Amino acid sequence: MKKKFIFLIIFFIAIFNYSFAIENNTKLENKISKNLRCLVCQGQSIYDSNSDFALSVKLIIKNKLKEGKSEKEIYEFFKSKYGEWILFDPEINKKTIFLWIFPIILFVFGGYLIFRKFFIK
Amino acid sequence: MFYTQLGNYSLIFSFIFSLLIFYSCFKNINNKTKQIESNIFSFLSIQLLTIFLSFICLVASFVVSDFSNETVYNNSHTTKSIFYKVSGSWGNHEGSLLLWLLVLVLFVFIFFLTSKKHPKNYRIFTIIFQQVIVIGFIFFLLTVSNPFNTLFPIPDEGLGLNPILQDPALAIHPPILYLGYVGSSIIFSSSLAALIEDYVNKNWAIHIKKWIIVSWIFLSLGIMVGSIWAYYELGWGGFWFWDAVENISLMPWFCLTALIHTIIVLEKKNHLKNWTLILSIATFTLSVSGTFLVRSGILNSVHTFANDPNRGIFILLFLFILILLSIVIYFLFHKNEKPIIKDTFLLSKETSLVVNNWFMMYFLSVVLIGTIYPIILEVLTNNKVSIGPPFYHKLLSPFLIPFLIIMAFGPKLKWIKTKFSKIKLTNLFFLIISLLISSFIISFTEMKYLFSTVLFGASFFLLFKTIEEFFIKNYNFSQKISHLAFSIFILSILINGIFSTEFSTNMKFGDEKKINDIYIKFTNLKTLNKENYKTIITSFQIKDEHGKIMNFNPEVRIYNQPEILTSEADIKSNIFSDNFLVVNLLKDDGYFNVRYQVKPFMLWIWLSVVLLTFGGILSFFRR
Amino acid sequence: MKKKKIFFSVILSTLFIFFILFKGLYNQNYYIPKNTTKNLISFKAEDFFTKEKLTSDQFFLNNKYIIINIWASWCIPCLKEHKYLMSLRKNNNFKLIGLNYKDKENNAKQFIKKNGNPYELILSDRNGTISIELGAFGVPETFVIHEKKIIKKYIGPLDQQNIFEILRITKK
Repeated sequence: MKKKFIFLIIFFIAIFNYSFAIENNTKLENKISKNLRCLVCQGQSIYDSNSDFALSVKLIIKNKLKEGKSEKEIYEFFKSKYGEWILFDPEINKKTIFLWIFPIILFVFGGYLIFRKFFIK
Repeated sequence: MFYTQLGNYSLIFSFIFSLLIFYSCFKNINNKTKQIESNIFSFLSIQLLTIFLSFICLVASFVVSDFSNETVYNNSHTTKSIFYKVSGSWGNHEGSLLLWLLVLVLFVFIFFLTSKKHPKNYRIFTIIFQQVIVIGFIFFLLTVSNPFNTLFPIPDEGLGLNPILQDPALAIHPPILYLGYVGSSIIFSSSLAALIEDYVNKNWAIHIKKWIIVSWIFLSLGIMVGSIWAYYELGWGGFWFWDAVENISLMPWFCLTALIHTIIVLEKKNHLKNWTLILSIATFTLSVSGTFLVRSGILNSVHTFANDPNRGIFILLFLFILILLSIVIYFLFHKNEKPIIKDTFLLSKETSLVVNNWFMMYFLSVVLIGTIYPIILEVLTNNKVSIGPPFYHKLLSPFLIPFLIIMAFGPKLKWIKTKFSKIKLTNLFFLIISLLISSFIISFTEMKYLFSTVLFGASFFLLFKTIEEFFIKNYNFSQKISHLAFSIFILSILINGIFSTEFSTNMKFGDEKKINDIYIKFTNLKTLNKENYKTIITSFQIKDEHGKIMNFNPEVRIYNQPEILTSEADIKSNIFSDNFLVVNLLKDDGYFNVRYQVKPFMLWIWLSVVLLTFGGILSFFRR
Repeated sequence: MKKKKIFFSVILSTLFIFFILFKGLYNQNYYIPKNTTKNLISFKAEDFFTKEKLTSDQFFLNNKYIIINIWASWCIPCLKEHKYLMSLRKNNNFKLIGLNYKDKENNAKQFIKKNGNPYELILSDRNGTISIELGAFGVPETFVIHEKKIIKKYIGPLDQQNIFEILRITKK
């Protein structure tokens, strides 16, 4: 009985949330510019910077979106011009796989150690 | 001129005395008496006095604008107000290290006075390890970053302090943060000493717990003050950027938080000795690494101000000597603990505290790898990647859910064993309510993901559980406060993150615009000349979607020494939200870039951190 | 035995991290990616004087080397490198193109008038987007392009050394 109830609740929430909002262009623009590094600044994102470089990049993002380019294509464009250094959100590839899985491995290993220490008789 | 000389000699004196302390401590170890020789105490007093004197001299040189001193010349200016002259003395590389050193010797002194109940050799070893650190730092100061270098001919005027550092929050940020960092040095030294003297037991736990709590309080406050500064001064409305320098202060914090929880197990159950020692060593190591990474300029960050590879190499060597030393000592002296399986069960306080540590270490590893991975990759493959907020959000937030739920149950569990049936039905009720509330909240946003509902649900659940705790009688009031504060903290961050709205536009004087149902009008513009800067004060009127009218006066300041533009945001805070307006000067004549943000529950983030540390303070004074 | 193994692996990994950080100290803070030179360059721009719309194919014709120099009248280092650019004028091995970056037309014209015009062709980049197509960070920057590919990139003002290098590259 209890289990069913919980299941129903979760199901209800899932349905409730199951609709996709349409992101309008300025929102997407902001999102993209927050994920790009301002290369001439110290650690700022394009969104946060008002340098000449950042202003031009923002303009390019705007134009590309108008042309109907997707978010991913825009990241690809900047990556091809400036390398991965410009992307704040490192993609998962050969070079960054270790970055993504290291904490997870550590977590699993830690869990194993705890389990071994406490519960294996 | 006089102060600079005096400060320099005083520092050299303190170096000699540190060596003396080091030597006499070694002599004292084999001494059969129960007391520490009195000359060690006098040496420690002299060490503290000389370093204090040298610090005062530096401050005095700043106050009188003695430009024969190179540090003063590089970082001060006669037109600066007296407050920033004083705070400027630790706002730079050399001065901040001197402050580090001062706090360090102060803590050694306090340690000496407050540890009289404990075995002699344990105390002596602690002082020895502290002296290793002190000597390292004085040597570093005297060789590559001496705050008392002199210039000849004496310049007429200084270069000035970076204007974004001329700020009250940043004046107190370094001292508070250093109290936290340096407090961890005592934890480090005393755990190595306890390891050597086989003194890792309940008494030691009770003693060192105070130091852990003190460091934790100061570190938390220090991080908060830094975030507040970034929030209003860096001028783009965020308070945490996952920037390398911020991460660095966060890493020891995770360690200390883990330590606060483990030390309870050691204190009450005499378990987890080795783990406590490893954590103690790691905390201080991470604090020094922080200094290394910030001061060497190896990282690309908003906060890196000083770059000098020589200094970097020195700190790096020092850091690794400390690490290797502690590794060797650890492996030589640690004992295998007997397994604790026999008397512990899945549902017990021990398990929940260990699980806390498990998650803390995970969070730490995410932040650590995110911070240093770009360096490693660049050295090994010559590729450079950026690791920004999305990485941390993706890896941290899923793990937050189980963490919050376990945290909700943890404090209720008993030592050794809790029966499963004891877990009441009310919990299910809380869980359902939390999920309903959160799905209701999420439905108002565009983030329609199952994930955010569950995350919100978990934090509401924790909130309810921590509030419920207050109705249950047990003595641990400080823990209840801190946990409640943490749940409020997480909730306000989440709400803030999801419901913040913003727009940015370019306007000139007289313009009026309507953006997303908000009217904005550029009503006034005036220029004023201040002591060391020129300021452009702009006035804006904003009518929000509810028809509420607000006036903002953000500034753009043009500092003259050195010539730098800063934006001073105007923030209207109330308990529900912050309204944040900041303007930037654009190159096109007369145009300003205007950014308006509404950030809900901003004040709660700061208040919850204050409450969190208040819990720590209560715990410090308990018993 | 196990203890020893753990001990040595901990020591080794510590030394490894030490080595990494040590090397990291000497790395440059300015980063120029390598793989970006593979891309073909193509963009549209406007002639500074005639306002004629051009595509890059129109002036990238044949196997000639192209040198694109990004400049602006408000950029102080640009003035410093100008005399070197003047020395590159009228060289048959390559075509020197100026890209006028975020500038006011009158100021730019005055700059040319006062300091001389080294360029065979000047394009205008009113909003900085063309520079980004080239992968530039700001002004001044100079690119040596051959067969629509960037083969050399100079960030910051050129000096005599760079000029010799450019002449050597384009001689082939």
